[in-house]
Amino acid sequence: MSTKLEQIVREATIEVEAVNKKENRPLYQKRVPIFPKRAVGEFRRLKWLIMITTLSIYYLVPFIRWDRGPGAPDQAVLIDFPANRFYFFFIELWPQEVYYITGILIVAALALFFFTTLFGRVWCGYTCPQTVWTDLFIAVERWIEGDRNARIKLHRAKWSIEKVWKYTLKHTLWILIGVATGGAWVFYFADAPTLFVDLFTLQADMTAYVFVGMFTGTTYVLGGLSREQVCIYMCPWPRIQAAMMDEDSLQVTYRTDRGEPRGHARKAPDDLDKKVVGDCIDCKQCVVVCPMGIDIRDGSQLECINCALCIDACNGIMDKMGTPRGLIGYDTDANLARRIQGKPEKFHLLRMRTIMYAMSIVAVCGFMVYLLANRSPLDLNVLRDRNPIFVQLSDGSIRNGYTIKILNKHRNQRQFEITVTGLKFNELKVNDIKSVGPAPVIDVKGDSLRSVHLFLSVDESTLKSSSEPIAIIITDIESGLSVSNESVFLGPDK
Amino acid sequence: MAGNPRKDEISGVDTTGHEWDGIEELNNPLPRWWLWVLYVSIIWSVIYWIFMPAWPGISDYTRGTLGYSQRNEVQMELAEVKASRAGLDEKILTSSLEDITSDTSLNQYALAAGKAAFGDNCSGCHGSGAQGAKGYPNLNDDHWLWGGSLDDIHYTITYGIRSTHDDTRFNDMTAFLTDEMLEKDEISDVAEYVLSLSGTSSDVEAVSRGESIFVDNCVACHDEGGIGNRELGAPNLSDKLWLFGGDKKTVVQSISYGRKGVMPTWETRLDPVTIKALSIYIHSLGGGE
Ligand code: SF4
Ligand code: SF4
Repeated sequence: MSTKLEQIVREATIEVEAVNKKENRPLYQKRVPIFPKRAVGEFRRLKWLIMITTLSIYYLVPFIRWDRGPGAPDQAVLIDFPANRFYFFFIELWPQEVYYITGILIVAALALFFFTTLFGRVWCGYTCPQTVWTDLFIAVERWIEGDRNARIKLHRAKWSIEKVWKYTLKHTLWILIGVATGGAWVFYFADAPTLFVDLFTLQADMTAYVFVGMFTGTTYVLGGLSREQVCIYMCPWPRIQAAMMDEDSLQVTYRTDRGEPRGHARKAPDDLDKKVVGDCIDCKQCVVVCPMGIDIRDGSQLECINCALCIDACNGIMDKMGTPRGLIGYDTDANLARRIQGKPEKFHLLRMRTIMYAMSIVAVCGFMVYLLANRSPLDLNVLRDRNPIFVQLSDGSIRNGYTIKILNKHRNQRQFEITVTGLKFNELKVNDIKSVGPAPVIDVKGDSLRSVHLFLSVDESTLKSSSEPIAIIITDIESGLSVSNESVFLGPDK
Repeated sequence: MAGNPRKDEISGVDTTGHEWDGIEELNNPLPRWWLWVLYVSIIWSVIYWIFMPAWPGISDYTRGTLGYSQRNEVQMELAEVKASRAGLDEKILTSSLEDITSDTSLNQYALAAGKAAFGDNCSGCHGSGAQGAKGYPNLNDDHWLWGGSLDDIHYTITYGIRSTHDDTRFNDMTAFLTDEMLEKDEISDVAEYVLSLSGTSSDVEAVSRGESIFVDNCVACHDEGGIGNRELGAPNLSDKLWLFGGDKKTVVQSISYGRKGVMPTWETRLDPVTIKALSIYIHSLGGGE
């Protein structure tokens, strides 16, 4: 053991205990502040990249334009509450079609299960908004107050001008980030460029300010003040995800088989070369970078969000020590067992549950695409009058009434012909159409719904039973497209 | 139950001293956020007492400096609704019924208002679906005593039938038995004749005897062949619809004692806009002419 290595060990070692150490983690405890040290390495770079990508998507998407022709909003992604429409690039959804949103949510949930089964908590570690924003808030904190030691020092120091201005600056920036978060949120619900100007000129709707305010508050509190508390105490996902994982799921793992017995490097430096001691030099770099304040070497824990920063920290140490990287790394329980037994490592990507999740995702996506591809620009709803159920007319014939709702999803006004099959009708009459012909024609404005009342009457003798099936058909005269809806014609008991 | 607090060995926390069948309670402090919510709620309630109605008294209550009351709120909302409708109401008031029905949005508004007014004022007799009952006309069908055009309906609603209004629609079906104008068997014969008009009589002899009685006594109002006369509000007896019932017993009863159904005048109870809306709504039910 060279003195050089000894020196590295000495320099790298920090005598700390994890804030949320497994053994002394009481059920009941006040929050102890965590000052994560800056990590350097490939995972940290990947996380920066993901943060930039996800935040850019969040902030920029409302500003993407999409031409839908005159009279329609040109915002690519827009939830238009007043007009009851949801726009997503080439897709335009009506409130009746929320099942597409349901579909998207189902796919999202299945995808989450799928990735969790394969790669563990990658959602938590890289893309969860709580992680992304907390990471951003910590970056701001580090930028103003310095790295871990400086922050601890400042935290412990008495109030001074320096402490006041640094803290003020930090909280101001945090609140500004919150404002920007809430600000971007409301852009999804109104024309973004207009609202942008309105927000600053104080002309926007009160609701917009209320929502900006709410999101400012939650972002500031969750990202700045609560941080790991959200993951540990508030979020249900850490509890649920355990059900998706098995011994073949990748997790950020301290490879005990390689690291233990730890820390002997300092006590018996000469053994290091002989591999009598493990590779872990007990420097605790993995502990100090952890934003959750835990020690990964205690094994897999609910608190660990799998952010992979401890991997970076440890890899740095391994490089300096000249030992191979990956003492902490993505590993599976199965492989740990195999290594201990002296067998080669093996990754099972194809497992029952991954196959099932993947198939479900494909099935739901396929179904959605099918629905979307066959989405009719025309829709019909028929409601039978129930009060009275039927009406007898003076010539003895029986009349039924129906409220029919025609949805014209075209942008222009269309004419629809109404025909009914199933019985021989004496009369087909739409209440607000004066001219009564064999097939009434009604106009429906573009992108709108029209509800009309339809009266059908038949000779009582033609009714074979008290309930006869009929079909109401509307046909778009311009395109010839027709939609049919089944209903019944009711009469007196036979 | 209550005992002395002691230190719990395992957790190192004091107990509250409460004990139930050997189960004790640790005296852990409340979660901070919970406490803070409690404090904020207390402060909030004090502020609330100052500004809002809060404490009951013997005959009154503390009203709060903002002078808020839910009754005012409702009144304000109603006034707002009224104001928002003023334009439409004005238009309905000044337009003819025909014009209202040919203006889609105005028609829609009138139909909705009419439907609500019908539920409040008319459904008691005519039924919630305007389907009527014995003695109360079904307003969905195409049989009208006094006419089914928009104006006819409007007149009937405004002035009523046999109502207290001077301009009321009025007729008087003679009570042929009470007034001793026909004998019982004559009434039976004429009833057979009336039933034959809609093809529900089987007694050919009685029908032919009844025909001459009908010509002498009934044609003046019900017209030849019993087709009725809307000018007089005399119902069509030859169709399939009966206000009081089309079996022989009921028809005999109608001829013997007369029928004197009453529809009140709504002129004094409803405003002109509502009456117009009602007329349009009833006209739209399917029988409108
Ligand atoms: S696991 Fe790596 S970073 Fe953690 S104490 Fe051991 S050597 Fe240091
Ligand atoms: S233990 Fe490692 S992976 Fe887990 S939260 Fe801490 S730094 Fe991230």
